[in-house]
Amino acid sequence: MIDLYALLLLITLGYIFGQWNERRHFRSINEREQALVNLVTTNSRRPVGELDNISDVLLVTGGAVISVDYFKRIVTGLRNFFGGNMRAYETLVDRARREAILRLKESCPDATQIINLRLETSSIYKGNGNQVGSVEVLAYATAIYTD
Amino acid sequence: MFLTNTEEVPGKKIVACFGVVSGSTVRAKHVGRDIMAGVKNIFGGELTGYTELLSEAREQAMERMRDQAEQLGANAIVNVRFSTSSVTAGASEIYIYGTAVTVE
Repeated sequence: MIDLYALLLLITLGYIFGQWNERRHFRSINEREQALVNLVTTNSRRPVGELDNISDVLLVTGGAVISVDYFKRIVTGLRNFFGGNMRAYETLVDRARREAILRLKESCPDATQIINLRLETSSIYKGNGNQVGSVEVLAYATAIYTD
Repeated sequence: MFLTNTEEVPGKKIVACFGVVSGSTVRAKHVGRDIMAGVKNIFGGELTGYTELLSEAREQAMERMRDQAEQLGANAIVNVRFSTSSVTAGASEIYIYGTAVTVE
């Protein structure tokens, strides 16, 4: 009985804090994306248009590790049984990717262009059963500065 | 030293090539961080300790790759790629490789 209560408590805590956290994070992501919208970022291998007087070229990176909450783990466990869209995980991965890209952009706000953006999903907790569920994203790109 | 993940350094010309250079690192956080991550797993949110871990590992691997390129006498590394592999739980394993070249 105690076990059941503990489980319910964990699910409730996970739901309340997880949703709150996610909403807050999405709000912050949207705001920062708006602020950086003028920084040209592409995943093409060459700069867009002609760039003269290139003064510096830098490799820039950004990373984020976002954890799941208890509620999502239970819900996705059920989902796994019935099949279908795992919305809870979709938002999680989305958050991690966008956060990583934002951090990358924030590390070079004065760049003229950022080209060849690549995303890599890293793993810290792979191979440890399901002990810690998290998404680890690493974004890297080349920043070009002009005079 | 120029580092890019494109095939060339924009605005420069490659005059010599020294082949592939690489750097790798396996790093772990102390157990306190791992416990904190377990707690965070209930509430959700960012695992700051692991984000740090990732960026430290990245820096170190990049440093090692850069040292290797310097030894060869290169002044740029092009086509840099990041890769991760899994050695053990709780540790971050990052492998960075690229082509060492001389540009002018």
